[in-house]
Amino acid sequence: MTTTTGIQQVAADPESPKPGALGGTGAAAIITDAPIPHPTMVKTFVAMMAREGRVLRRNLIGTFVRSVMQPLLFVFVFTYVMPKIGSGLFGGGVVRSNGTTFATILLPGLMASMLFMQGIMAVTFPLVMEFSWQRTIEDRALAPVPIRVLALQKIIAGAAQSFLGALIVIPIVLLVHAAGQSPQVNVTDWPLLAFILVCGSLLTASLGLLLGTLMDPRKMQMLFAAILLPATMLGCVYYPWSELRSIRWLQIAVLVNPMVYMSEGLRAVLTPQTGHLALWAILLVLVGGTALVGYFGTKAFTRRVLN
Amino acid sequence: MLTTLVVPTGGRAWVAGIDVVANPVGVKRRIGVVTQNNTLDMQLTVAENLEFRSRFFGLGLRDAARRAEQLLVAFGLADRRKAIATDLSGGQAKRLLIARALVHRPDVLFLDEPTAGLDPQTRVNLWDMLQALHAEGQTILLTTHYMEEAEALCDQVAVVDHGEVLAAGTVDELKRGAGADTVITVRYEGGMPDGVALKARLDDRPGISKVETDADQVRVFTREPDGVLGDLVTAGSSAGLTVRDAAQLKPSLETVFLNLTGREYRE
Repeated sequence: MTTTTGIQQVAADPESPKPGALGGTGAAAIITDAPIPHPTMVKTFVAMMAREGRVLRRNLIGTFVRSVMQPLLFVFVFTYVMPKIGSGLFGGGVVRSNGTTFATILLPGLMASMLFMQGIMAVTFPLVMEFSWQRTIEDRALAPVPIRVLALQKIIAGAAQSFLGALIVIPIVLLVHAAGQSPQVNVTDWPLLAFILVCGSLLTASLGLLLGTLMDPRKMQMLFAAILLPATMLGCVYYPWSELRSIRWLQIAVLVNPMVYMSEGLRAVLTPQTGHLALWAILLVLVGGTALVGYFGTKAFTRRVLN
Repeated sequence: MLTTLVVPTGGRAWVAGIDVVANPVGVKRRIGVVTQNNTLDMQLTVAENLEFRSRFFGLGLRDAARRAEQLLVAFGLADRRKAIATDLSGGQAKRLLIARALVHRPDVLFLDEPTAGLDPQTRVNLWDMLQALHAEGQTILLTTHYMEEAEALCDQVAVVDHGEVLAAGTVDELKRGAGADTVITVRYEGGMPDGVALKARLDDRPGISKVETDADQVRVFTREPDGVLGDLVTAGSSAGLTVRDAAQLKPSLETVFLNLTGREYRE
């Protein structure tokens, strides 16, 4: 049986730490003896980000495993196991006709895949939980900022996780491969690389916000089947877009997939020798898409919070 | 709506002098809200729930920690400070929710059915706590379905049904008001006495405001209940009916509420 203690009992409890701070009666003290808050949008925003950091730190192992396992296993199977067993898959699995290793194709592809997966997972999953059942979203919705700031905070926190997720791929691809299978990375424009990574992570986090807002929690498994899986498989992760030319209809159809622009964008700055989509198209979709999805995601989110 | 989480379809409203539509952020700074559902941050500990809420309202790290500790002690949660919010009992969670709503010294504390689903001990202790806060000058807006709760805690009561205020005032004012009748209900075995006979008996009685009849029962609303029950029993026996059930409900806030809102089921 839980014993509940009312406010009045506090003053009588000798074990209470620092009872002096509570003054005569507990109730009076918690009303009068309290620091006067001076909230600003920046302070609230920083506190919300700090809250995300605290949660992330608490779930560090889980988050790390989630971020590392997928790229690690992929790279292990496709650049170590396959070449070793001499599989005929993927252009011999070893070195393609134009001299590029499969790891070279995989590096930007897997980074894009991680941007996408981590962005969605970091934003959509918690959001669906927050909107369902107890509507814990109301906790943060009552913070003294407009609801769109809360949406923006969710996008930025998700983008940060997505960005880190993509970075984790780099050492994995560089380190895990069979002899002669190392990726041929050739970065000439570092700022552009950073820009594409930042834009890609903001786009996926915005998509995550939109999905998390519109998603019916009972249909969560659809997220994998209908969105994550097709986006990845048809997102030019395992092949450059230019090589789809032999299946022209597919090459055109995949252009609706935002992940294509992330893979190809990273290909343009990391491994330009493999060929890639025109840079203007990539930047147009990444920047325009972020603005558009961010706008609609924020709008839908605000409408759902203020139902 | 007053907590800014629902956008009104029309009209205007102010909390602490601030327009809820024009300046929701200003309103959010001045109010503390405890919703009916458990909206604690389930990823955080008990203390962190208070610390981060304090920081959302602009307190620095040290002030936030001090405020959290003060509230933990005041609300009897000090020994649970490191527990994750999911591990709290219903009563503890409710106390933490109220503590969290108070971190920034709100002008108005909104409580939505604070004692729904709580055990009697927790409920009584929570009442004490709210009374103590109120005695220190905390304005509290409490919504409840428990009329005895409103009767015990509230200075001003408004009866709201389908979004409209049907009556407002102190508990005594409401009881003295139009609906404050004693309700006498008699249920007969196997039917109803002839309506005319019933009416004849009740007609010359003073103070009767309303008579409702169903298939087998009659309900009389009156300010002068003496003898009415006897009349109804006699009306039944002269029609050859025995009384199965009889009840006399003295005016309480519950009666006032039922009088004002009727008895059909609500959602």
